[in-house]
Amino acid sequence: MNIRIALAGNPNSGKTTLFNNLTQSNQYVGNWPGVTVEKKEGKLRKHNDVTVVDLPGIYSLSPYTEEEVVARNYLLDEKPEVIINIVDGTNLERNLYLSTQLMELGIPFVMALNMMDVVRKNGDRIDTKALSNSLGCPVVEISALRGENTLKVAEDAIKEAQKGRRTPAPIFSSNIEKVISYIEEKAAFKCSESEKRWYAIKVFEGDQKVLEKVKIENYALSEIKKEVENVEVEMDDDKESIITNERYSYIERVVKTSYKKKSNGLTVSDKIDTIVTNKYLALPIFALVMWLVYFVSVSTIGTIFTDWANDGVFGDGFYLLGIGRSAYEESVEEYGTAESVVNAFGEKLGLEAVELDEDSLEDILLSTEKDGVASYILQDEETLSEEEIEVTYTELVESVDILSSYNYSEPEPEEYGPWVPGLPVLIGNGLEAIGCSEWLMGLILDGIVAGVGAVLGFVPQMFVLFLFLAVLEDCGYMARIAFVMDRIFRKFGLSGKSFIPILIGTGCGVPGIMASRTIENEKDRRMTIITTTFIPCGAKLPFIAMIAGSIFGGASWVAPTAYFLGMFAIITSGIILKKTKLFSGDPAPFVMELPSYHTPTVKNVLLSMWERGWSFIKKAGTIIFLSTIVVWFTSFFGFAADGFRMLSEEELDYSILGRIGSLIAWIFYPLGWGNWQAAVASITGLVAKENIVGTLGILYGAEGSAYAGISAAFSKVAGLSFLSFNLLCAPCFAAIGAIKREMNSAKWTWFAVGYQCLFAYLVALVVYQFGSLFTGNVNVLLLFVAILVAAYFLYMLFKKERKVGV
Amino acid sequence: MNTLKDTKIGETVRVKTLMGEGRIKRRIMDMGITKGVEIYVRKVAPLGDPMEVTVRGYELSLRKAEAENIVVE
Repeated sequence: MNIRIALAGNPNSGKTTLFNNLTQSNQYVGNWPGVTVEKKEGKLRKHNDVTVVDLPGIYSLSPYTEEEVVARNYLLDEKPEVIINIVDGTNLERNLYLSTQLMELGIPFVMALNMMDVVRKNGDRIDTKALSNSLGCPVVEISALRGENTLKVAEDAIKEAQKGRRTPAPIFSSNIEKVISYIEEKAAFKCSESEKRWYAIKVFEGDQKVLEKVKIENYALSEIKKEVENVEVEMDDDKESIITNERYSYIERVVKTSYKKKSNGLTVSDKIDTIVTNKYLALPIFALVMWLVYFVSVSTIGTIFTDWANDGVFGDGFYLLGIGRSAYEESVEEYGTAESVVNAFGEKLGLEAVELDEDSLEDILLSTEKDGVASYILQDEETLSEEEIEVTYTELVESVDILSSYNYSEPEPEEYGPWVPGLPVLIGNGLEAIGCSEWLMGLILDGIVAGVGAVLGFVPQMFVLFLFLAVLEDCGYMARIAFVMDRIFRKFGLSGKSFIPILIGTGCGVPGIMASRTIENEKDRRMTIITTTFIPCGAKLPFIAMIAGSIFGGASWVAPTAYFLGMFAIITSGIILKKTKLFSGDPAPFVMELPSYHTPTVKNVLLSMWERGWSFIKKAGTIIFLSTIVVWFTSFFGFAADGFRMLSEEELDYSILGRIGSLIAWIFYPLGWGNWQAAVASITGLVAKENIVGTLGILYGAEGSAYAGISAAFSKVAGLSFLSFNLLCAPCFAAIGAIKREMNSAKWTWFAVGYQCLFAYLVALVVYQFGSLFTGNVNVLLLFVAILVAAYFLYMLFKKERKVGV
Repeated sequence: MNTLKDTKIGETVRVKTLMGEGRIKRRIMDMGITKGVEIYVRKVAPLGDPMEVTVRGYELSLRKAEAENIVVE
């Protein structure tokens, strides 16, 4: 017989641990239909015909939150054969509140009483037999953490399932039970006998979702309403509250007979909490924890892994364990500098190109005067900034010696340590060996391999971050972050937990967006996803440096301005979006449990890390991969003078992308940079933001210095507008993929990207048009539009929030 | 009329009634704050809001705006 066990329980009751224990590695993670709530299923170990379905962690079966609705719809519509309700023994009263509701469904029911070890350690006592007798269901003591009795509770559940459904027992006061029986009779529900009580109680509560579903005849409904109103008057309370009160009164009676609390002394968790959320220490501790998370997952270990994946595995190659890397890098630099010096003197002597061999170097030495000087241009790889370096005859002599010591050939990486060539190198060599055509090699290397690399390059860093998030969640600190930061963030329609995504977003937006997973409330989560990438990420830094260096002469205010712009965008977007239809309405209640602190378990942490990392690869991977290939194709193919063909990197002018750039350049005319080069650079920025630097370098660096070319093409105001647009507009494809993964909806993904682009466009428009006032370059019509935009922006910012009725 | 919002840190109070309706009231009650239950006010967050209370043996945080709806003796 195929049996489905529904696993239900409060958040923090050990439900995930129990689920992992029952199903081992045999899990399937998906989403509940139509919502972003995660759905997990797995086969029970040692029982191939039994499926365990992990319901979302919930406190109640009210119709007000997505998780609760998902859970009750599953229980009612899919009718699992049995429920295992996991109950935290250290928190009996509130956990039993959900149990009273689950038992009403008429589904066979077993209670798994968890954390009994902690109960005993605290000196409290729970009489399991008495509890089982009063509730009328089997109660099994388990330890989900240590795997004690877990399989037993599942096997008990299978036995219960075989006994079949049963009618739940009455638990409320007699006057209310009377009305419930009356409703069962009057409403004529079209459901099995065992489900009637649940529907009757929901009709009593006036649960809109159930009333729509059961469709009671009008006359019957009005008579039921009359009866319920009588009880409301009698008890001086509203119907929903009456039922809740009755449940807790029942629980108090049950607990009295089965639970003995020893003392009111402080538990270990209490002691930790007095320090961690202490009035004076809370913020410093918070800052320290955040610094640690950032330091490890963004600045140190995370970056080391990301660089290894991007520049090593998907780049030229890497040294095993980094052995020999620094020696090799030193040699490369030494050789490169020597070569530049020799070339500088060679050029001074009027040589076209310097042959690097003993004879020609000897010639240069002989024909240079002892007090001669020359200079060369040193270009920064990341930002393409340039510096002129003067060298003397002494340095020339040294350089010639250095080159001869290298035998006049570039240092080979293999000679410095255990060198592993990168995938592109290996695949490239292989393709060359079989005589593959140039365009196919381009497609495979620059399209497919680079596309896969773009997806996987983020993974190591993401795993490090997810490890931290899992630890923070598992030990109970995550809830305290929300507690500490709530006051600031809720003003912008964000949650206290939005702090982490934004902080991580300064390193990379992709894990930043993925970190929003920890926010329970859907509106808060969506808002966080939309705004996280406004903050400049690591890949935008070279671009910011390039604009600062080329257009603003390296002014130091540009970089901080970029961060302020990001924060400004987050705050104003939060305030404005909160007033729109999509985000308005009741503020989500912040009535939140602060779970006890406990040591995180290795297994839970690793599983959570793996699940989130894997879901990124699966769900975000496709979009990143495909878009990388499309951009590669459009930038390397096009109509040159000799017809349609594959182009080299320097021929970007002729590419399809270049054509697209020319076609859409007019859109950016009001922003002050309506040229195709800037448009193309913005598009390539979608693959990765640092690509903007490379593209601008190619497009403006054809004749001499890229920096000079850029500063000639952009006025200062236009540069600022270009910077603003590219910092705020749609993030790179990887981040868009992450947005899609987290929104789990095409509509919301488009909304997020559309909003970001529109916001970026309007900010850039206002920047350029207002800025032009100072440079005296005014276009009256566009200035007028900019004033309108700014006025509307201010209006939205300061108008009163819409009050929506409950 | 005293509400939970005005209750001082370290005090234990008994709930008299709950004001408001709908989603927020239901959530507050679902979490165990019902008529007659005892609430101990543990602390207020470092920035002045929300507050942390002990109810039915566990820690609960709620905003002052929500605590305002809880009338206590």
